[in-house]
Amino acid sequence: MTHTPLNVKELRDQLHALATRDGIRHWDLGASRGMNASVQVDRGEAKQMKAAQRSSITVRVWNEQGLVGVTSTSDLSPGGLDKALKGAYQASSFGNTEDIPGFSPLATAPIPELDRPLKPSQSIQTLLSTLKDVEGELLAKHPAIETVPYNGLSEGNSERIYLNSEGALRHMQRTQASLYLYARAEESGRKPRSGGAVRVALGSADLDLGGCIQEAAERTISHLNYQPIDTGRYLVCFTPEAFLDLLGAFSSMMNARSILDGVSLSSKESLGHQLAVPFFNLHDNGLHPAHVGAAAFDGEGTPTKRLCLIGNGTLENLLHSEATARQFGVHPTGHAGLGAKVSVGPDWFEVSSSKGVSGAASHLDHRNAGDTFVLIESLNALHAGVKASQGAFSLPFDGWLVKDGERISVEAATIAGDIRDVLKGIVHLEPNEVVTHQGVSPHVWVDGLAITGEA
Amino acid sequence: MVETHPALNQTFTLDPSHTPWKDRLETLLQTGVRAGADLVEVFLERTDHLGVLAEQERITSVSPSFGMGAGIRVFLGHRDGFVSTNDLSESGLAQALDQALAMLELEHNALQHQRGFEGLLQLRDFGVNKDAWLAQSPELSEITQRLLEGTARLDQIGQHLEVRRGSFSRDWQEVLVAASDGTYARDIRLHQSSGLSVLAADGEHRASIARRFGSSDRPDDLREWDVDAAANEVCSSAATMLHADYVDGGQMPVVLANRFGGVIFHEACGHLLETTQVERGTTPFADQVGQTIANPAVTAIDEGLSTGAFGSLSMDDEGMESERTVLIEKGVLKGFLSDRAGELRTGHARTGSGRRQSHGFAAASRMRNTYIAAGPHSTDELIQSVDRGLYCKSMGGGSVGPTGQFNFSVEEGYIIENGQLGRPVKGATLIGEAKEVMPRISMCANDLDLAAGYCGSVSGSIFVTVGQPHIKVDSITVGGR
Repeated sequence: MTHTPLNVKELRDQLHALATRDGIRHWDLGASRGMNASVQVDRGEAKQMKAAQRSSITVRVWNEQGLVGVTSTSDLSPGGLDKALKGAYQASSFGNTEDIPGFSPLATAPIPELDRPLKPSQSIQTLLSTLKDVEGELLAKHPAIETVPYNGLSEGNSERIYLNSEGALRHMQRTQASLYLYARAEESGRKPRSGGAVRVALGSADLDLGGCIQEAAERTISHLNYQPIDTGRYLVCFTPEAFLDLLGAFSSMMNARSILDGVSLSSKESLGHQLAVPFFNLHDNGLHPAHVGAAAFDGEGTPTKRLCLIGNGTLENLLHSEATARQFGVHPTGHAGLGAKVSVGPDWFEVSSSKGVSGAASHLDHRNAGDTFVLIESLNALHAGVKASQGAFSLPFDGWLVKDGERISVEAATIAGDIRDVLKGIVHLEPNEVVTHQGVSPHVWVDGLAITGEA
Repeated sequence: MVETHPALNQTFTLDPSHTPWKDRLETLLQTGVRAGADLVEVFLERTDHLGVLAEQERITSVSPSFGMGAGIRVFLGHRDGFVSTNDLSESGLAQALDQALAMLELEHNALQHQRGFEGLLQLRDFGVNKDAWLAQSPELSEITQRLLEGTARLDQIGQHLEVRRGSFSRDWQEVLVAASDGTYARDIRLHQSSGLSVLAADGEHRASIARRFGSSDRPDDLREWDVDAAANEVCSSAATMLHADYVDGGQMPVVLANRFGGVIFHEACGHLLETTQVERGTTPFADQVGQTIANPAVTAIDEGLSTGAFGSLSMDDEGMESERTVLIEKGVLKGFLSDRAGELRTGHARTGSGRRQSHGFAAASRMRNTYIAAGPHSTDELIQSVDRGLYCKSMGGGSVGPTGQFNFSVEEGYIIENGQLGRPVKGATLIGEAKEVMPRISMCANDLDLAAGYCGSVSGSIFVTVGQPHIKVDSITVGGR
């Protein structure tokens, strides 16, 4: 599947001409276009094959009073551009006088070179054939695995643009592929159990198919032996994926936009204060080599960079857009979207431990623990069970009770707590930092978290 | 006057009387059928969206957008290929069709099949008398004024409020559906929702409360929105929950309030009665039509007919007129929600439930307005029947997993002790499995009411209504601290 790349200079010239005609002197634009193909299978048969061509632009204009308006459209034709520009100008009448975004001072600064070669796409029939084989291998791994109800192999290419009336011009292209497998297993007289795995790569030919099959099978099989768990407080070990999910759900603690909006647990004064145990470090690194979705610049054209958020347990920096950075007297950090009110968000978390500093329980090892603990494999329903502005979470999870070295899958239970207590209650970060498809983290140990079960 | 309806200025339209869409669509469908497809369906849409946010005393975001696109789906046997595109030119649509055909290893140039395509039927135009809806809906100045009334009202009556927000969202959509079985239908939809939310804080205590209201096909909805009542409800909940303790977890009986309490049926059972789940083999109810799957107190309905309800629609996204579907009657499973693919693959007849977020998704069987029917009891009778349990007055979101395990959060809860409502509690998450929970819904009150919501699933995020009267669940896992 191919498409002609966006002609960035032509787009810039069109917008410049339209803006000049309408007397608009200050504008910027973010655009994206992409193509994607995906397949799903069901017990050896094609279930659905999909392909999509998508395009979108967001235009911002500053009116005579300096107020900002924005409009988005999927219509990249000159007519669509014209309407978007007019719409943005009209919306600027309602621009916020108290918080006016501007161009990023870094929108023309050099951007990092990403070592992400564009990979050729395979035909959709090849994707289908591959996924049929993958499903077959997974089904053959254990007699209890009857179906893989959620599966998908997708591949696509996309490009992004940022340009503004002061000469900024950013353009990037990338390719990306993903495979997910969620198997369902059932043994006679027992409840169905499930487990899954995900892999991402720059192209479908680079996907670790075997690793994904093996991980999905192992996880599914490991849940066949399940029991209810007693309600109580437990020593808990979060897998890297689970901990990164939890951290991501509370990223507003490190988000300058959320702080200015009053919905963060942190405040302007929180910088320099202890947020976590002294051996805990957190960076946001959108440039990490394993981050296949890396972008060299954000929605405002600011270059992406590695940023220390928490160092030795102390809140050191925040995620910023141009507008929030101006209010805090710092530079934008490359974490902005593009809109009338510019959103700010994390990119790719790296959790690590400080060298030479350890927790109170450095003997703990999730592979070889004599202790009784709950190993949290994944957290579910974060959209419903996380109250980011309160710090509270109460979440269903998949995991195991580990006792005397034996793992027993936990049936239908929730874990609850406060993120501030979690970060300050970490008793150990295992030395091995695991690269996942969503970030980097070791296994993280916390004592005394509340678990509610059916027992 | 500030013009805020970009779609009104578009020269492009799906109104068949203005453009030669019928000829173009028939050519496409003919091409697909001649290439060997069993069925070809084209979904065209034009959209206009507006989002507005007010924070404290200011409008902080106005986000208009507009767009158009097509989704082309080709069926061959039980398989299908789907392609979506923003390019509605003749060549763009032809290329998309070629791609969809190629997925099924069909080539349109071959034209080797002389299958019958007898042309499109007479247009079923559900969009008649709806053309003016977008223009009739409020202008930006009116919207911003209403939202600022809301945040001002919150300020007047709320206590300890650190953040006050009002939000409005309007989604206008014109769709045209054509299929090689002759289906040819057009509709115009208008969905509007308004909401208020607050963050209250007092020392270490915090509470965030939100309420959202939504309607379909009512241009005047925002004008008729009772801002005072909404602000009172939000502030009352925030005041109650600000100093509430976290709930102690465990197994206990619960009484779930009406309106958004219906999320329990939506998550616990509704999704499992969609034929997409039958296709995947992820519903325990696949072979149980005619069998008792719930307590006899439970009758459950899904329909798209209630006037103005968020999940109502004149026709589904496959051009079928909406209808009322009885899912469970006195505990007995009566049927499933089915779409075109569901009928093909599972044999369950279509129910007008083929829905999708946009042209970027193939339609799938999805819920509309889904609720448990009213029962004979009063709410007091339900509360009084519980010695020790939880009253869930307001619910947050939820989800259901591949093994049928569901969950949802409780935004505002109260302990029930000796048949009386006690202290407020927060932080509860209810989890369970449909097969175990449905028989435990033992009492239904007589106060059925509905609430608007959004449902995200295989065909994207769609507008739905959940609902129920107050109900009692004899025992469920309440996650807490």
